[in-house]
Amino acid sequence: MVTKEDVEHIAGLADIGIDKDELGAFTGQFNAILDYFDILDKVKGDGVITRDLSNVMREDIVEPSLPLEEVLKNAGGQENGYIKGPRVMQ
Amino acid sequence: MTAHEISFNPDDRFHAFLSTVKKAPYGEGKLSGIAVAVKDNISTLGIETTCASKILKGYIPPYDAHAVQLLKQAGAAIVGKTNMDEFGMGTTTENSGFGPTLNPHDPNRVPGGSSGGSAAAVAAGMVRMALGTDTGGSIRCPAAFCGIVGLKPTYGRVSRYGLIAYANSLEQIGPMANTVSDVSLLMQLIAGHDRRDTTSYDRPYTHTPNADIKGLRIGIPQEYFGAGVDPNVAASVKKAITNLEELGATTVPCSIPSMEYALAAYYVICTSEASSNLARFDGIRYGPAADTLKSWHDAYRDVRRAGFGTEVRRRIMLGTFALSSGYYGKYYAKAQVARENVRKDFARIFSEVDVICGPTMPTIAFRLGEKSDPLSMYLSDILTVPVNLAGIPAISVPCGKVDGMPVGLQIMGRPFEDERVIDVAYAYEQAVRL
Repeated sequence: MVTKEDVEHIAGLADIGIDKDELGAFTGQFNAILDYFDILDKVKGDGVITRDLSNVMREDIVEPSLPLEEVLKNAGGQENGYIKGPRVMQ
Repeated sequence: MTAHEISFNPDDRFHAFLSTVKKAPYGEGKLSGIAVAVKDNISTLGIETTCASKILKGYIPPYDAHAVQLLKQAGAAIVGKTNMDEFGMGTTTENSGFGPTLNPHDPNRVPGGSSGGSAAAVAAGMVRMALGTDTGGSIRCPAAFCGIVGLKPTYGRVSRYGLIAYANSLEQIGPMANTVSDVSLLMQLIAGHDRRDTTSYDRPYTHTPNADIKGLRIGIPQEYFGAGVDPNVAASVKKAITNLEELGATTVPCSIPSMEYALAAYYVICTSEASSNLARFDGIRYGPAADTLKSWHDAYRDVRRAGFGTEVRRRIMLGTFALSSGYYGKYYAKAQVARENVRKDFARIFSEVDVICGPTMPTIAFRLGEKSDPLSMYLSDILTVPVNLAGIPAISVPCGKVDGMPVGLQIMGRPFEDERVIDVAYAYEQAVRL
């Protein structure tokens, strides 16, 4: 059983943004869905699955890539060939 | 009009397209001059690609997805980007950030989803073929609801390079068309190895459909005809299976016990992967710009609040919760075991039969607005998600109508036996045509 406070906390973790008036509906839907997920309690085992797979390694060779202007074309904020992000310190 | 472009100005009354290319260039090759539509979560150089999300409004990819590159090399004219549930999250195409697509067979009903725009564009005759993507049924469901053919290829057979990821371990790009032959033709062009997708296999598809299915063994899982499946839909599909028997196939009853928890496992896995994948949409590198004067949590939150629709936010939160400390063992770890059990069930059945048949969807297309409760929408994916969990190929081919709406026969095969599911679909299609 998750509470409105739990849902608000999860929204914060996910940087998703949530309004007070949405909390009731999201919380109700969450509980219905999580109740349904409880059927997974019937599954035996702990999730350690081994497969016959191996890593494919290669040399790290520089290859042609997109020109800088193409890479920056979709970025909202840019300065001197860099993408501008939000501030990390107040 | 020059020799190397086609005009594309369709009457899009069903809202199948999010954007169209009025003068679409094309080249020489097997698909020379043929109009192909591409789902809007597949990157197209120079053509806006939004995943039907406001958070990607205005995003113009600087490169083509591998599958699109291959289509262009084959001469295809990429004529537009089709509507979908935002980021592929939905079963109806109603979760588009830009309004729903309508079903060409009945505009009061949904086309299915999430590749609803691609299915409607083909069904309405606007294009001969289209690319869709299938994470939990998103090619097969709209193919069934719109009365066309759609193939979910074996995982790894078609490169995902340039597909904007929602749930990487489940999804594949695949072909949609009116006929099995066209689906097969499109598959010939898009399958094969691409080193830019680390899960890509070197298994090209060079097959031409063959209608001879004498001696084929078909598994009929009881779970595909049980509670929750509309009896009229089940009857249509059983009739189609009888047709296959008349063509020389034999049927074997079977059971997939892991289906009891396959849907729950699917939703835990896809939301978990989504919560990680969709973290990249923060308004910094693409999409509506974040306010860089705000602190980064505030800036990201405001962009994501404004840009993501309700279902996308719900799935990101569910995934974040399922992966959070204290709940990981209860949800994600168990879902992985459940997934392995589904894979084992299929492997066991495929040691005795060549393909498995059942309905693609438990009902005909829903009315618009009918699935407003999220859990009831999730439950309608029960017959399609096991295939994605196991990574096997499956096709939906039209098999009659119920209440005037198309029904889809789903044919599932062993890993890398896409050729065989194509052949069975082709045999059925050729036998019932006219």
